Amino acid sequence: MFEDWEERYQYMIDLGKDLPLIDNQYKTESNIIKGCQSKVWVHAELQDNKITFTADSDAIITKGIIAILIRTFSNQHPKDIIDADTDFIDAIGLKEHLSPTRANGLVSMIKQLKMYAIAYQTQLN
Amino acid sequence: MPQSGLDLLAMFNINEIRKDFPILSRKVNGKPLVYFDNAATSQTPQQVIDVIVDYYSNYNANIHRGVHTLSQEATDLYEQARQKIQAHFNAKHSHEIILTSGTTDSINLIANGFSSLLKKGDDVIVSALEHHSNIVPWQMLCERTGASLKVIPMNLEGELIMSEYDKLISKNTKLVFVNHVSNALGTINPIEYIIKKAHAVGAAVLIDGAQSTPHIKPDVQDLDVDFYVASAHKLCGPTGVGMLYGKQDWLNKLPPYQGGGEMIAEVTFEKTTYADLPHKFEAGTPNICGGIAFGAAIDYMNAVGFNNIALYENELLEYATKALLDIEGLKIYGTSKQKTSVISFNLDDIHPYDVGTILDKLGIAVRTGHHCAQPIMDFYKIPGTVRASISFYNTKEEIDALVTGIKKAKMMLS
Repeated sequence: MFEDWEERYQYMIDLGKDLPLIDNQYKTESNIIKGCQSKVWVHAELQDNKITFTADSDAIITKGIIAILIRTFSNQHPKDIIDADTDFIDAIGLKEHLSPTRANGLVSMIKQLKMYAIAYQTQLN
Repeated sequence: MPQSGLDLLAMFNINEIRKDFPILSRKVNGKPLVYFDNAATSQTPQQVIDVIVDYYSNYNANIHRGVHTLSQEATDLYEQARQKIQAHFNAKHSHEIILTSGTTDSINLIANGFSSLLKKGDDVIVSALEHHSNIVPWQMLCERTGASLKVIPMNLEGELIMSEYDKLISKNTKLVFVNHVSNALGTINPIEYIIKKAHAVGAAVLIDGAQSTPHIKPDVQDLDVDFYVASAHKLCGPTGVGMLYGKQDWLNKLPPYQGGGEMIAEVTFEKTTYADLPHKFEAGTPNICGGIAFGAAIDYMNAVGFNNIALYENELLEYATKALLDIEGLKIYGTSKQKTSVISFNLDDIHPYDVGTILDKLGIAVRTGHHCAQPIMDFYKIPGTVRASISFYNTKEEIDALVTGIKKAKMMLS
């Protein structure tokens, strides 16, 4: 998809800058995703049976990564989020971030988004 | 190789030294590795790797209790390593050197030992510059015993404020714990003064040497320090092994840390009597190979020469500080005149994690984050820093690569 790491990272950085920011009232301690070296806040809302995610991070590359996730997962039915596989991460060249030991916590982020979906799915049932 | 005492920087051949470290010729992300995370762990020279291979190839056996030749040979090598460590730190007796799994283990050993000696009303003093491993055990100790934990504050340069220390210390002070060098900022603390003041009120002093020992050769008798701790992997040795120096009288006074084999003299179900020093504190089969390799690492560092190391690293520190400060928006944290070759910095308001990630793509290894010293980051009101820690096997060319990398990160991230 990208020629080299620089283009890929520049793309993530630019995505991070465009990330729809979380409303400040949701930037709380309890909305912080654990397992990231930088701070990541995620907020989820259910409207018309679909989840909308907003997020923020104090690190821009992390923000780019979460922007990609939100693009994929936002405005989806909870069940589709729960069932979504994460192969697309490989396809866009973010695989190196998938290791659970990476300090950016991509794995924790996906887990958190899916947790929200499970919670809302329970409400819908 | 130069001999200590006759060390001359002219005899310090950086190209020859780099050849000793096989890892320095590998590539990371397609670029030559530039390793500036030396304060987290140092790289291992071939001379030490050879000792590890030689041990497992020729001497592997359990020590101190075998009658067979292998066991005797392994025991001799292990005890020779202890003597090397003793000589290096100038301890009076070899049994004052306890081999542990590392600095954290050494600190916990002392904290545990003091839990039966402290009571409510006693004070324990730590410094604002401590690593978490030198805060948490003392917090736990104070919780257990009811003693209070007091903190020597720091100034903006990252130096401990001695006039505040003077106010904290009293006849209630039983223990003072300070690192010799701050891992996050590189500040060299005035431990001579701290020890003298503590001894004047009868308090014991533990100095955490994890970050000083790669740069400085401490003389525990000259310092008159009660306890001094360090890790092998910060000074070209393997991970999982470290040391505790303790004055003989103190080590005799403290109860054993862990029960098990090696540390006993006689066991019946009624009573166990403990072994003499150092074995009283070395329960179970130790990291035998690690201990022997620790000795080899000390030999290696001394062959390079600590005077050479200090001179050369200082030259690199000055070169790097000047070059980094030329980058617009770069701020260095920890600006004491007394510091080792550690540069902790931030770039404008860019998150250190972002800078570290871009540098990694360029093959440059730095540490980012709070460096297990959150109180220091809270003091500066920052989430963390990028830390480049320089060793004697680094070069000016690598510093140039770092500077270029930081400029690239700045361009991409701003």
